[in-house]
Amino acid sequence: MLTPKARGPLSAALLDALHGTERPSWDDLAPADEDDLQLSLWTLYELSFRGFDDVDPALEWDPHLLDLRRRLERPLEARWRERAADVEVGEPFADGLMQLIEDDDGPSLAAVVQRDATREQVLELLRWRSVYHLKEADPTSFTLPRLPVRAQAALAALQYDEYGGGDPARLHRHLFALGMSDAGLRPDEGAYVDDAPAIVLEQNNALSMFGLHRRLRGASLGHLAAFEATSSLPSRKMASGIRRVGLPDSLAAYYDEHVEADAVHEQLAVRLICGTLVEDEPETRTDVVVGAFTCLDLENRFAEWALERWAA
Amino acid sequence: MTGAEDQAEGPRARPDVVLCPGGPMLVFGDLVVEDAAGEQHRTHRPVSAVCRCGKSASAPWCDGTHKALPAKLRP
Ligand code: FES
Repeated sequence: MLTPKARGPLSAALLDALHGTERPSWDDLAPADEDDLQLSLWTLYELSFRGFDDVDPALEWDPHLLDLRRRLERPLEARWRERAADVEVGEPFADGLMQLIEDDDGPSLAAVVQRDATREQVLELLRWRSVYHLKEADPTSFTLPRLPVRAQAALAALQYDEYGGGDPARLHRHLFALGMSDAGLRPDEGAYVDDAPAIVLEQNNALSMFGLHRRLRGASLGHLAAFEATSSLPSRKMASGIRRVGLPDSLAAYYDEHVEADAVHEQLAVRLICGTLVEDEPETRTDVVVGAFTCLDLENRFAEWALERWAA
Repeated sequence: MTGAEDQAEGPRARPDVVLCPGGPMLVFGDLVVEDAAGEQHRTHRPVSAVCRCGKSASAPWCDGTHKALPAKLRP
């Protein structure tokens, strides 16, 4: 993929640095707004995934860029922690975590897709979701070598399923790409980043930040638990809405697969991954809750944003 | 190091079947489930969730429907 379009002075300076044309001083630059901030951080994180065709791969570990990344991460992490500050989870922890997720009653985009979204709105949602679905499961893979044995074994089982049980044809992000392509959308990673609102980039940045820092392994797995445990029933609604507006069956099939897969994954993630992690490393408890709440909170904020836009 | 005790003794082997409170039964590995009508269903993923609430639309597999049930109807 190629680097995205700048959204303000900071992302513009960052792109100059990535293209090797300038070495800006970060002291003189601040993000103009949420778009500039989230896009800059998203771009920095992508260097650790499949990167950009127009950026030197060695820049992934460039101290000057890592300095900027840290400057952007700190206030964002503080923001997420603050929003989660009052969240309480009862004992036993796995039951409490499941309850926290089940009690979330934010607006459901999947319900709107099932019942009354137009075909154009469904396509728009797919373009926004594609920023994550085309790298589905990847951020959490960074957490794997940082875990005690029980959580590691269970996460490996979950990721193996995400990655198609070793069959590229069943790999989830590939299934999504096939569906996108059949629907006449671009299946290549990053194709729609320029269309993604700041809140979608923030969702992606949370996954990447939690995944890339060993220190945040609890948040990475808490996020995974909330993500998987809010997927089965909405996926069924997505599949039915996609069929209702006449989009291709391969796209609906991607969501069909998630109905059953995520009914398994939510139990693995909540009980065998987060539950055992908190038993083996009790110091991760708070971060598991922060990660889970951040996932729910960002999805609710995204849904509110999208519904407002569609209502206008 | 945290978890060292656990690792020194070796964690207990994972069970083949895990009953999830209020939810499905997780089964590990490749096996065949026979439903109430005698129909056989082979698992097709490394871990599968068998519905215990009787309300799944993807029976015998769990599809998350148990979460929509009142607490007293959950397994
Ligand atoms: S146990 Fe999950 S749908 Fe029945």
